[in-house]
Amino acid sequence: MMLGRIKVLFSAIALIVLMYSSHTLADDKYTANECFENFSRGTLKFNQGLDKAIFKPIAKGYRALPVPIRTGTSNVVGNLRSLLTLSNNLLQGDLRGAGNTAGRFLVNSTVGILGIFDPATHMGLAKKGKEDFGQTLGVWGADTGCYFVLPILGPTTTRDAVGLVGNVFIDPVYQLTHNTETDIIIGNDNLQEHNYYYYKGTDAVDFRSKNIESIDSLERNSIDFYASVKSLYLQNRAQKISNSMKSGKTQEDSDWEEIDNQ
Amino acid sequence: MLIALQVESFAYSTDPKQFIAEITSEAKEILNSSNSKKIKGEQLSEMALKTVDIKGLAYYTLGGKRKEISSEELKKYEKLFEGYFLKSFTSRLTDYSDPKIDVLSAEIINEKYTIVKTLLLATDKKPEVRINWRVYTKNPDKPLIRDLTIEGLSLARTQKEEFASILSANNDNINALFEKLEEFVNQ
Repeated sequence: MMLGRIKVLFSAIALIVLMYSSHTLADDKYTANECFENFSRGTLKFNQGLDKAIFKPIAKGYRALPVPIRTGTSNVVGNLRSLLTLSNNLLQGDLRGAGNTAGRFLVNSTVGILGIFDPATHMGLAKKGKEDFGQTLGVWGADTGCYFVLPILGPTTTRDAVGLVGNVFIDPVYQLTHNTETDIIIGNDNLQEHNYYYYKGTDAVDFRSKNIESIDSLERNSIDFYASVKSLYLQNRAQKISNSMKSGKTQEDSDWEEIDNQ
Repeated sequence: MLIALQVESFAYSTDPKQFIAEITSEAKEILNSSNSKKIKGEQLSEMALKTVDIKGLAYYTLGGKRKEISSEELKKYEKLFEGYFLKSFTSRLTDYSDPKIDVLSAEIINEKYTIVKTLLLATDKKPEVRINWRVYTKNPDKPLIRDLTIEGLSLARTQKEEFASILSANNDNINALFEKLEEFVNQ
């Protein structure tokens, strides 16, 4: 039954990807046309309001916790998140990456006491970037599609929005907490749906707490905050899809050539 | 002789890696001083004027539009951009009270560019951040910074796309960009 559901899902995703891959909306991998800019600008403002009222105060409160508690929490969440990375490593055919992710998960879940500590890094299994299904679609050749902003979830593109849905189906944590068949098999009632949302919520708070100053600074120093967020989002996604930290090349030399030659 | 010594004391290294090491060290000294935020801002601006290719950055961020505007408008833009850049640059830096930066390595991309890789060390509030400096070395005697990429995200590119968005939303009218820049500088 589970296998059947996954097959249906992938067929649907493949169809959607094929549909919009044939309509390249932007040539440059760092840019994307707007889907509905006015709506997106309004949504970004709504998200900023929500952030100021709810998420930022929670993140500040979280930051007041002692460093070891925050580090441990961040490690546990990161360890659970690595299972989604593992699924995507495999879907991308990145066997070396999958080996590294699986090794880290096994070591940190056991020696690292359910992921609280990170002994894997000290054993030579370096922390690599996170992977998600949007990145996998990018690796498979799907175009970015157009850019828009979702309420609460933030900036995205057509490809990444499809990826968000795909993540749900290939995330082992989601499957363990939402699939009642699995609960029966492993006989653990604690793996209930709400635990998945606790995990995702903690991940979001942890991320926000690490970026309080950088987001404040971006808001303060942007003359068009919406455009800055869009640019940073698209650059970040392009970089993640290419799995490249070669920042000298994220911005092609040709961008500057014209200025150099004048 | 005294003048020559004073000039010498302001000269930065011509080796890109050492150049960045000197700049980060100078910035740290300024930020750690007991001076007021205003004085720190002035000192950082002075440093930026000597080490950043602000004019090159101004042209880059304006993109193709710079070929369409008059020389008077271009001059006005250069002046406004400099004010904007310095204010934004100092505002971003003064957020860091005691930055600890390790200069890791330098990668020569070609004769015009060297990427210097640095690491802003983690604090109990912020994770570590990889910052790469794009150093323009066309004149090997006077390297200049053209861009910073923070965790792979280019500030120059972000700036360029921000300006393009403002122009696009205002029928490509350069005066709309001037107004935004003036507003930012004067606020």
